[in-house]
Amino acid sequence: MCTRCGARLESRDAASMQKVWAWLVAGLVFFIPANLYPMLRTTLLGKTTESTILGGVVDLTHHGSWGIALIVFVASLCIPVGKFLAIAYLGLSVERKVRLSAHRRQQLYEVVEFIGRWSMIDVFVVAILSSLVQLDFAASINPGIAAVSFALSVAFTMLSAESFDSRLIWDASEEDIE
Amino acid sequence: MTSEHATSVPVAPASGGIDPGGLLACPACDALHRERDVAPGETARCVRCGEVLEAPRDSAMTQIIMLAASALILMIAAIFFPFLELDAAGRVQKSSLLDTVMAFSGGMTAPLTLAMAGLIVILPCIRFLSLIYVLGPMAIGHAPARHAAPVFRMAEALRPWAMAEVFIVGVAVALVKVAGLAHLSIGPAFWAFVALVIVTVLKDNFMSRVTVWRTLELRRPS
Repeated sequence: MCTRCGARLESRDAASMQKVWAWLVAGLVFFIPANLYPMLRTTLLGKTTESTILGGVVDLTHHGSWGIALIVFVASLCIPVGKFLAIAYLGLSVERKVRLSAHRRQQLYEVVEFIGRWSMIDVFVVAILSSLVQLDFAASINPGIAAVSFALSVAFTMLSAESFDSRLIWDASEEDIE
Repeated sequence: MTSEHATSVPVAPASGGIDPGGLLACPACDALHRERDVAPGETARCVRCGEVLEAPRDSAMTQIIMLAASALILMIAAIFFPFLELDAAGRVQKSSLLDTVMAFSGGMTAPLTLAMAGLIVILPCIRFLSLIYVLGPMAIGHAPARHAAPVFRMAEALRPWAMAEVFIVGVAVALVKVAGLAHLSIGPAFWAFVALVIVTVLKDNFMSRVTVWRTLELRRPS
């Protein structure tokens, strides 16, 4: 126990990698339905259209709002996919030698940890839209099931990044020096 | 992430051993540093990975409490005032932060309601309250309140899960999406929330964790 704050202390969390992989796989599993099922159900004059995450981005580009399309695309596709790859890479790098230096990997880890929460943007957008656009017959927007699985996927990858013990990166680098 | 690895050893130094009280471990990579006084305005960084270790600033503690208190007031305003107004075909639809949270409450997406409420309202509020609880008595020179240490640890652990600033960007995206469909106006709660996000970011930047922990330890009634 830490004498200062009372947190449990461990020199190295032995089960760290196990937790990382478990959360990562859970995140991946939920990422698939998040992209296949509709995120938004828009009803315009009685006609219902459903759009997935990618569909929403394509719609935005049709409307000419490239900037917003880019934000949504980066936040809900690039960041999650990048995070899966980055965490997997960091995980593998602990077990075998890689080309990236420990310093760069530490930076990569910090970026992953910082950026993870921003993927939630799309879930918030859906919530705002569906609370705002409720004009009965004329137009209404309702959330789709993908919103749930996307939110779960983001939460799981955040947990995965959090359970990664960043000191493992440096352990490997010190062994190299010796 | 466990910080302060050095202080885990009982503080009384063994004969000939190193006194762990004078050492500081980097919270990111655990490299040990010999602690020395960092003057207000200076910044101490880890020699191995470059993480900021200490950056004390004058009167930071009072500023943090003020910022946390104003954030709380802004949050109350943001919840109850209308957030956005939609004006389409003669019908006006008002939406507050509460409505946004409740947007998922129907059908299969119901569990998300709880998550939304937690991420954008409850968790930020818990963080503000616990900061005031931990720092408040210390700023006026008293001993820290009971259980201040575990409360502060919890507030730090919750940090990545309080997503107010992510929510604001989400609002911006939603505004553009709806703009073509109907006339939108922004309510007072929106501005309250924007102010809240700015205040939160300022507060987090002002706070020197190492200094808070050290003050907590120094003033602990034992």
